Amino acid sequence: MALLNIRNLSVEFATGGGSFRAVDGVDVTVEGGEVLAIVGESGSGKSVSMLAAMGLLPWTATVTADELSFDGRDLRDLSASARRKVIGREISMIFQEPMSSLNPCFTVGFQIREALKQHLKLDSSARKKRALELMEMVGIPAPEKRLTAFPHQLSGGMNQRVMIAMAIACGPKLLIADEPTTALDVTIQAQILDLLTGLQRDTGMGLILITHDMGVVAETAHRVAVQYAGWKVEDQPVETLFDTPHHPYTAALLAALPERATERRLPTIPGVVPGQFDRPRGCLFSPRCAYADDLCRSTVPPLQSPELGRAKCHYPLSVPAKEEVQ
Amino acid sequence: MSGPVVTARNLSRHYESGGGMFKERQVVRALSEASFSIQPGKTLAVVGESGCGKSTLARLITLIEEPTAGDFTINGVEAVPENWDSLRSQVQIVFQDPYGSLNLRHRVGAIIEEPLKIKRPDISAADRADKAREMMAMVGLRPEHYDRFPHMFSGGQRQRIAIARALILEPKLLVLDEPVSALDLSIQSQVLNLLLDLQERMDLAYLFISHDLSVVRHVADDVVVMYLGRPVERGSKEAVFSAPRHPYTVALLSATPSADPARVRKRIKLEGELPSPLAIPDGCPFAPRCWKAQDRCRKERPLLDDADHAAACFYPESPEDNG
Repeated sequence: MALLNIRNLSVEFATGGGSFRAVDGVDVTVEGGEVLAIVGESGSGKSVSMLAAMGLLPWTATVTADELSFDGRDLRDLSASARRKVIGREISMIFQEPMSSLNPCFTVGFQIREALKQHLKLDSSARKKRALELMEMVGIPAPEKRLTAFPHQLSGGMNQRVMIAMAIACGPKLLIADEPTTALDVTIQAQILDLLTGLQRDTGMGLILITHDMGVVAETAHRVAVQYAGWKVEDQPVETLFDTPHHPYTAALLAALPERATERRLPTIPGVVPGQFDRPRGCLFSPRCAYADDLCRSTVPPLQSPELGRAKCHYPLSVPAKEEVQ
Repeated sequence: MSGPVVTARNLSRHYESGGGMFKERQVVRALSEASFSIQPGKTLAVVGESGCGKSTLARLITLIEEPTAGDFTINGVEAVPENWDSLRSQVQIVFQDPYGSLNLRHRVGAIIEEPLKIKRPDISAADRADKAREMMAMVGLRPEHYDRFPHMFSGGQRQRIAIARALILEPKLLVLDEPVSALDLSIQSQVLNLLLDLQERMDLAYLFISHDLSVVRHVADDVVVMYLGRPVERGSKEAVFSAPRHPYTVALLSATPSADPARVRKRIKLEGELPSPLAIPDGCPFAPRCWKAQDRCRKERPLLDDADHAAACFYPESPEDNG
């Protein structure tokens, strides 16, 4: 049984200009010990779908799903207090900006101990010991000294390690990392990614990595879900996704990577992601798609089989029959 | 004139910080001894992590700040404060964040025309508008965008507005300070293509500042790698990417994730983080994190020589190491 199982998740925000569907019919499944990457550009709904699963969205959001279960429990009909026992303990999350997700008024040691106090029955000295252990686990040098440091006294990379220490404090079964390295330099990014994948391997937890960086995906993920404008358009193991993308959006995105460029002009995707008021009727990608025809512009595409990457497309690319010929 | 657009010699910028009645002032060496030159139509990329002095360099070259030491020429003219006024129209800058660098209360037309208003007061309003519209067409904005406000545009479109504003004075050099790092991947390639087109058409020189090595690899002709305010390696793009000589460059290249899951990589893990620019170590600034550092590295600072592919290192990587 999957650790996290989400079927047909939709999130609508009540905005001044009417309701806006940020996530539209997304399925997410993560097994224990699996690293799932959710990639997409800004506005693709990748963060919102995870926040919805954790119940962290504001009241303006309406979340509907056919199934929303974690470890066999239905998250939809948990009471707020029961949900808080799960969130932070069994599912935890790391955010993009370590500087703004830590409280500047408290020492990092206090903030790590707070997570322990909230969820585990440990006495004060045991909490302190565990906090030290955690800081060692995430590779913070001289942890005794750093326990009493405030976030502004640490660098971005160190603060992100503190965030990770807080997130893994209670031994979660699932860790959601929302753009954990976007604000960091490349050499620090490499350290943090190694740390996250190392922790994931050692503890066997599930890891959902939300990112827009294809390089990060290629190096860390087992399976990749590609989102576009609130839709999940493709879902494939990482090896095959990069070799044979089935959705035209994935293919175009990969082709636009500068490192895959073969000539000076990069292949581009014309236009922009549709916003609240210019959502097309059929396939959301049809205005920018090179293969779109009248069917795409009028009818919402079906989901293809798992062999075709569950591509949400009328005309998926590189169907296996063609591959055999190649 | 076919000489280099910019020639910089030993540019340095130090800031003083802190101090008080009982405390001594501290010196932040944001940029030290940077030398380079850019030919028309060429792109020099400056790469490095945060705090390496790339943005300080941009501020010096765009004549926003004065260097504390060293000098540079723009089109052969010495850039001293007396000349700034006349040189400024030849050097323009595009900033990283198109959300912060455009005035939200001005219409697109007014934003693009403003440099003309200041630098070419003799041009009539009608001519200015014509020029602005011409420039908008050039960067791929539609004529009806002229009367709109920046908030009505996406990030990529805003970056086009910023580029149009920078180019309206027909500069020789465009400083691009992380021009695509705030943009989504599909938009990033549109803006990069636009920059390449404009460079060809107007014979522009670019000083391209970025931390994204895959973008640099695509656009640059020459590359300078900076670490803690100092250039540590300089050379042509091919040389730096295929046979990096400075250990820091090697580490930076190996840390950059590649979009190829099949690639087996040996990543060089750098220990620790950048030291504070207030306390730059004696000797080689990279020595505390370097896996090849010897006693000599900690005592003496290696210099960047004038070779075509130079590295400020006593024990540079030889080509065989990278094979």
